[in-house]
Amino acid sequence: MTPVVVPDRTPKKKSKGPKIKPSPAARRRSLTGWAFLLPAAVLIGIMMFWPMFQALILSFKTGRGSALDFADPLWFNYERMLSDEIFKMTVGTTLLYLAIQVPLMLVTALVLANILNNPRLKFKGFWRTAIFLPAAISLVSYSLVFRTIFATDGLVNDWLLALHLIDGPVNWLGNTDTARMVIILGLLWRWTGYNMIFYLAGLQNIDPTTLEAAKMDGAGPIRTFFSVTVPQLKPMILLTVIMSTNGTLQLFDESFNLTRGGPANTTMTMSHYLYEVSFVNNPNFGYGAALSYVILVMVAILAAIQMKVGDKRD
Amino acid sequence: MTSKLREVPKYAFLSIVALLSVGPLYFMVVSATNTSQDVLASSMLPGTNLLANWQSLTEFQDVGAAMYHSTVNAVLTTVLALVVSSIAGYGFEVYHSPNKDRLMWVLMLAMMIPFAATMIPLFQLFADLGMVNSAFAVVLPVIATPLLILLFRQSARSFPHEIIEAARMDGLKEFSIFWKMFVPTMRPTYAAAAVITFMAAWNNFLWPKVILVNSDYQTMPMLISNFTGGYVIDYGALMLAVLIASLPTIVIFFVLQRSFVAGFTGVVK
Repeated sequence: MTPVVVPDRTPKKKSKGPKIKPSPAARRRSLTGWAFLLPAAVLIGIMMFWPMFQALILSFKTGRGSALDFADPLWFNYERMLSDEIFKMTVGTTLLYLAIQVPLMLVTALVLANILNNPRLKFKGFWRTAIFLPAAISLVSYSLVFRTIFATDGLVNDWLLALHLIDGPVNWLGNTDTARMVIILGLLWRWTGYNMIFYLAGLQNIDPTTLEAAKMDGAGPIRTFFSVTVPQLKPMILLTVIMSTNGTLQLFDESFNLTRGGPANTTMTMSHYLYEVSFVNNPNFGYGAALSYVILVMVAILAAIQMKVGDKRD
Repeated sequence: MTSKLREVPKYAFLSIVALLSVGPLYFMVVSATNTSQDVLASSMLPGTNLLANWQSLTEFQDVGAAMYHSTVNAVLTTVLALVVSSIAGYGFEVYHSPNKDRLMWVLMLAMMIPFAATMIPLFQLFADLGMVNSAFAVVLPVIATPLLILLFRQSARSFPHEIIEAARMDGLKEFSIFWKMFVPTMRPTYAAAAVITFMAAWNNFLWPKVILVNSDYQTMPMLISNFTGGYVIDYGALMLAVLIASLPTIVIFFVLQRSFVAGFTGVVK
């Protein structure tokens, strides 16, 4: 990247009158501007774009450890994926988490933010802090707390037994459906308050007179919410949808710590499988890189769709 | 009277959500003081086993070393990220030109690159440089983040340009304007950015796990993740470890939460 040698020439193009050369001070200023950007641009280039292209090349290679050669045929790793039942299952599991958890979480967060934004609400700071608090602890920490609570002899079974809601202890983490449910519950618990903060911030930017006007026109609170509040929150909603989608597609900590991917790999996420392939037992960087590109393409496609949809509703 | 009655479901709903949010955290705190048997018996009251849990925890685990490594990594990340991202965000806004806007757009694209897709080449890169197990290898991939650059560019937008012009008239150098005028004015933004970055760095798990091969360099999340490997889990000691690992981020959140919310208000408009 060599942006420093490209001076900024726009003032020249724009002025139609007598040509004004940028003053030495202005040119020096433009160079200063580039110098300010340089560290971040170089770091993002080396730490994000370069490895991304490197991973593409790597995905066409095969071999053990660092002795890698181009595969024959080149798409060998991608072909292997098609018959990799575990990988296909991790894609399905990750998409299941995405489809259930993200909408549920964002709607809840939006409703909570709307309630908390009401100026007449009492103990506002208390509610906000309590609901956001889960976002302050690490994903590994809460995964282990949930693992303990949902253990067969753990808290949830004790309480449900005491309330006579179940006849015997449920093996929450030992059955596919319940283990997946626990992961989704965990994600909801950890991230709903976090997203609520984004919506609260967005709500503070909404012009209160628009809400007043809706009230004057006789719109009820629900009508006002959908016709006045939600449209104005759209940029924030789009941001949270994209962030949550990204995060869910890259889910690792919960799968690795809460369920260990089990039972029989049925709760394992794509990133968890990628880690196992790349860094556990017989590391295979080539195949790992190919798997990582599936995640990259899925993130890109979903983000593109979301931005398209987000733009249209204007 | 009727309007007060209509408020009841709202407060009931908030109470349930707040209880569910805080419940597991409360359980984590009391369990750190209980024996393993009491944790499994779902005791919701504080016990007297805190010291024994600490001894059981530190017998096989070097908690001090893990806290030290987590602290070094998180502080280093936060300081470098704030410097690099704020100066870039300021640069993009104050000196903006079509070419710089184009570069900004390219850097924003990096937000869409999943970490998974860069992890293996990054590991190879740092292995080739002999930097496996080094704190810099942990920190370097996460200091320049597009989101922070965006945050600081937005805050620079609200920074009055007349101040910059006036400072130039007074003969202040460009960097001094940034350092002496912009940085002190934007404290709330820096606080918000610091909270986000510190929490993310402290809680980061996958990348440190990949690059810190030697367990002598493990961070707190790695320590508690390895903790459950054995056959018999001491749940009291485990919950104490989880509590210790969570304390720094919880404290920072409480200290800076006001500016956290305030700083975020300007990100997306």
